[in-house]
Amino acid sequence: MSVLVYTENWDGKFKKLSFELVSYAHEIAKMLNTQTVVLSIGNVAHDELQKLGTYGASTVMSVDNDCCKNLDNQVYSHIITQAASKADANIIILAHNNIGKALAPRLSVRLKAGLATGVLSLPQSIEPFTITRKVFTSKAIANIIINTPVKIVTLLQNSFGIHENQAAVQIETFNPDLSAVTAKTVIKEVNKVTGKLLLTDAEIVVSGGRGMKGPENWGGIEELAALLGAATACSRPVSDEGWRPHSEHTGQTGKIIAPDLYIALGISGAIQHLGGVSGSKCIVAVNKDPDAPIFEAADYGIVGDVMKVLPEFIAAVKEIKQS
Amino acid sequence: MKILICISNVPDTTTKIKFVNNNTTFDKSGVQWIINPWDELALTRVLDLKDAQAGIESVTVMNVGLADAEPTIRKALAIGADKAIRINADPVDSFQVASLLADAIKKDPYDIVLCGIESCDYNGASVGGMLAELLDMPSVSAISFLNIAGGKVELKREIDGGQESIEIATPFVGIVQKGIAKDPRIPNMRGIMMAKTKPLQVLEPSAANTLTSVGSFDLPKAKAACKKIDPDNVKELVRLLHYEAKLI
Ligand SMILES: Cc1cc2nc3c(=O)[nH]c(=O)nc-3n(C[C@H](O)[C@H](O)[C@H](O)COP(=O)(O)OP(=O)(O)OC[C@H]3O[C@@H](n4cnc5c(N)ncnc54)[C@H](O)[C@@H]3O)c2cc1C
Repeated sequence: MSVLVYTENWDGKFKKLSFELVSYAHEIAKMLNTQTVVLSIGNVAHDELQKLGTYGASTVMSVDNDCCKNLDNQVYSHIITQAASKADANIIILAHNNIGKALAPRLSVRLKAGLATGVLSLPQSIEPFTITRKVFTSKAIANIIINTPVKIVTLLQNSFGIHENQAAVQIETFNPDLSAVTAKTVIKEVNKVTGKLLLTDAEIVVSGGRGMKGPENWGGIEELAALLGAATACSRPVSDEGWRPHSEHTGQTGKIIAPDLYIALGISGAIQHLGGVSGSKCIVAVNKDPDAPIFEAADYGIVGDVMKVLPEFIAAVKEIKQS
Repeated sequence: MKILICISNVPDTTTKIKFVNNNTTFDKSGVQWIINPWDELALTRVLDLKDAQAGIESVTVMNVGLADAEPTIRKALAIGADKAIRINADPVDSFQVASLLADAIKKDPYDIVLCGIESCDYNGASVGGMLAELLDMPSVSAISFLNIAGGKVELKREIDGGQESIEIATPFVGIVQKGIAKDPRIPNMRGIMMAKTKPLQVLEPSAANTLTSVGSFDLPKAKAACKKIDPDNVKELVRLLHYEAKLI
């Protein structure tokens, strides 16, 4: 018996998401009185693998195989299935990001394991295995019962947090048998920016809506974000208009995020927008319309003109950071 | 090329969500139904490619649902799908949906099967991947671009901080997100008239298992009232965020 976590790596490094997944798995392993095993695929140095022990991993299985550099959903599903069988895993945990969403459903079929996606907290009970997740675009919560011996859960990033649980960690090389599967996904080109704080990783997010009037007014948002160490985001019409890149679009049809602080500037707070940000621990809204629905979701609000409020916001943050 | 788009019939995104039977059943009364937004975008992109003579023979939509899903299915026909299939079942979980779709697809295969990345009712983000595994086909997820030219398929998938351009041979399952098309197509009068005569085949479901069930539903707890700060005292907001919320 064990709890198995799959974490991706980013150019050979783990990040907060990996540590959060391990922390979460460790807590479930405690409920089950068992061990946390982590599977890593790709070239990751020993020191880096070792870090997973800080969050409760007792074994790390590392697949350092050239065939697996690029994500091919079938190849990865084969590897994780074999790791699950080797670790005798009865619970498997992945991130609820694009990679977790691509792999978890395939694993569910391969392992005949019930799947609960996008969970935000620990299971309520182990027997029967009951866990809550948001449904109807965050408008309701469902208590899901997984009825199969093996269970798969995907965790929404930044919903559980990182918890240190130093364990004596053992690192093993794992050599899956890939004779029965070939990669069919051919990657022609990769286009990505590195070094920029990703929206899904950010603890603070500064987001602008149509109330910002136009792309020329984003300087203030970027300045505030830089001061706070935050990522920038936007509402859907803002990305549809091309004022900001699609990767910044939050909401039902965009990214679902759960930062500690979400600052909504000139965003009306339409139900589809809230669907993506209502998991934030604290929401601040600036909107000139006192009846804007964003104020129903917000913890702190200013009814006022964002063009006037934003420069003062920036000045006040500078002041407090200096004091 | 034969293309299938799996469509989910979901409550309009502005629906007020209520439950009945001791919070175990979604209350469908008074709900407006729509094509799941990502499925609609996938359909739009495929129809654009068909119109552009990209070599698409037929566009089919398939839904697992009861007869009350037919207006949504007809809408997909009105937008331009050539034919529709409804598998007559009221599914319990994503695995059951995927199994029913897989059994129907095995009998009448397609070159490309597209699913939305999630359905905005149960938000499982699962059907596409499960379907691919059940069909033993490759899958590409988080697709934000699809092109077909000279029989070749080009995709882009979203990764952290950017995109990957991908080539893949058919058959495959594509799991589609935003970006694949800008706005969904809106049916015109001619489309609506034609939809009435297009084939909508009803299949009886195969025997499919479930892996999970919903014990009950809850509504989120009401949030505490928003603390309003005077617009002439923005400093106070920052002070509260620093000293009270301890977030900055
Ligand atoms: C199927 C579907 C899916 C959708 N998915 C999403 C999604 O994922 N994400 C999303 O964001 N939207 C989504 N939408 C769109 C959503 O319904 C809203 O249209 C959108 O969120 C509104 O964006 P906004 O708040 O930026 O703009 P608006 O609704 O135009 O609101 C702008 C706000 O700015 C305020 N404002 C204007 N000027 C000022 C000023 N000078 N100072 C202060 N305040 C000002 C106004 O009072 C207003 O409240 C979806 C819609 C549909 C139908």
